[in-house]
Amino acid sequence: MRSPVIGVLALQGDFREHLEMLAGLGVDARNVRTPEQVAACDGLILPGGESTTIGKLMRRYGVDQAIRELHAAGRPIWGTCAGAILLSREVVENDVHNLGLLDARIARNAYGRQTDSFERGLAMAALGAAEFPAVFIRAPRFVSVGPGVEALAAIDDEPVFVRQGNLLASTFHPELTSDPRVHAWLAELARA
Amino acid sequence: MPKKKRAEAAEQPAYTWREKVGLAQMLRGGVIMDVVTPDHAKIAEDAGAAAVMALERVPADIRLHGGVARMSDPEMIASIMAAVSIPVMAKCRIGHFAEAQILQALGVDFIDESEVLTPADEMYHVDKHAFAVPFVCGCRDLGEALRRIGEGAAMIRTKGEAGSGNVVEAVRHMRTVMDGIRRLTVLGPEQLMTEAKNLGAPYEVLKEIAATGQLPVPNFSAGGIATPADAALMRQLGAEAVFVGSGIFKSGDPARRAKAIVEANTFYDDPAKVLECSKGLGEAMVGINISEIPEGERLAKRGW
Repeated sequence: MRSPVIGVLALQGDFREHLEMLAGLGVDARNVRTPEQVAACDGLILPGGESTTIGKLMRRYGVDQAIRELHAAGRPIWGTCAGAILLSREVVENDVHNLGLLDARIARNAYGRQTDSFERGLAMAALGAAEFPAVFIRAPRFVSVGPGVEALAAIDDEPVFVRQGNLLASTFHPELTSDPRVHAWLAELARA
Repeated sequence: MPKKKRAEAAEQPAYTWREKVGLAQMLRGGVIMDVVTPDHAKIAEDAGAAAVMALERVPADIRLHGGVARMSDPEMIASIMAAVSIPVMAKCRIGHFAEAQILQALGVDFIDESEVLTPADEMYHVDKHAFAVPFVCGCRDLGEALRRIGEGAAMIRTKGEAGSGNVVEAVRHMRTVMDGIRRLTVLGPEQLMTEAKNLGAPYEVLKEIAATGQLPVPNFSAGGIATPADAALMRQLGAEAVFVGSGIFKSGDPARRAKAIVEANTFYDDPAKVLECSKGLGEAMVGINISEIPEGERLAKRGW
């Protein structure tokens, strides 16, 4: 079988870091900015960045609809930080143009401002025994998640990395580390 | 890069270098807009700005006004922080670490140690490693960029000439920095120490760039961007994002121009899209020819 194509939504944010991580794994990865480019992908990453900015640009160019169709076709999609906000069903007290695919309520900048950003080692059994180095930057928090949403990692029982079928959402940034395990997992899901 | 360091002057939260550069990385591909009121900030956010720079006067007005330009009133900055949910930056004078301490205490997300304000120290810049909040600094060439990174800047922006509405200096500085980076990648290892001496740049950072071919922190462009085409030009020359100061709120239709610059910045290498968003924007800000600005009033010359 041909190797899967992973798209990284490149409207704004740290798409370059995601692309470099995937390229390092030998995955066929490309920046995508138009509905046609999204439709040509086997899997998609919504990067970190400003969710308000990315949401507006998605809507202005019809990329949001293409992402919904990719999801409906069963392709895996992973959102990091801003990406997790965009995937969620409800964003607390905000008018972000979110996709509403993930059964979760999420609050933006919920730990505080930039000086409240932090790093933390996370237990993540789904990816093996080694702790995952998690970087949280002006990070959002999941306020509540639906029954079909599985927590893959948590801080004090509050989920920070969740899965709902082929949707993954992390409130932190694996792309800013040198640990490629989540990226490798997404490529595996896209191959299936 | 040092992992953690605490300021002697004040109690502050722990931070890592990765968190500081991380916020700069999140702003990549974005537009950062100068705003002077909460209403401006809302217009910027609604247009799709990735962050705003809160200040009392845009650079074009600082030029007109003359006198000493200082850090803005914290109350005014706080009102902008309350008005928007995107990151808020604010400027301190070059070398004025007490202004920086105030901005950090206020909780701004990024501090711009900026040549747009009147320098407070003509010898030294702020020790930016001593702060939890990340800093952005201006530069005209690679040596200046690396000195600022050595001092702890988590983001670099080429200076251009702020408040001029003229992109020529932004182009000059971006080309100079990119040329400097390319040059490092073809030098032999025995040449790097002398190059560090010639540039007045820290050797370890220079060595890293020679190996990777890129700055260790994001490299944005500022100072003179006034049109969607200007944004597309700077991105194609290597800028990873753009700051737009006077260019938006000194134009005829700020909301429309702000949105157009955001779109041109996103699709900078797609001329058909840049064409679409360049149409019917009304009057751009009136620019100034650089040769008409007296030597002593050129902002880019500030910083050492």
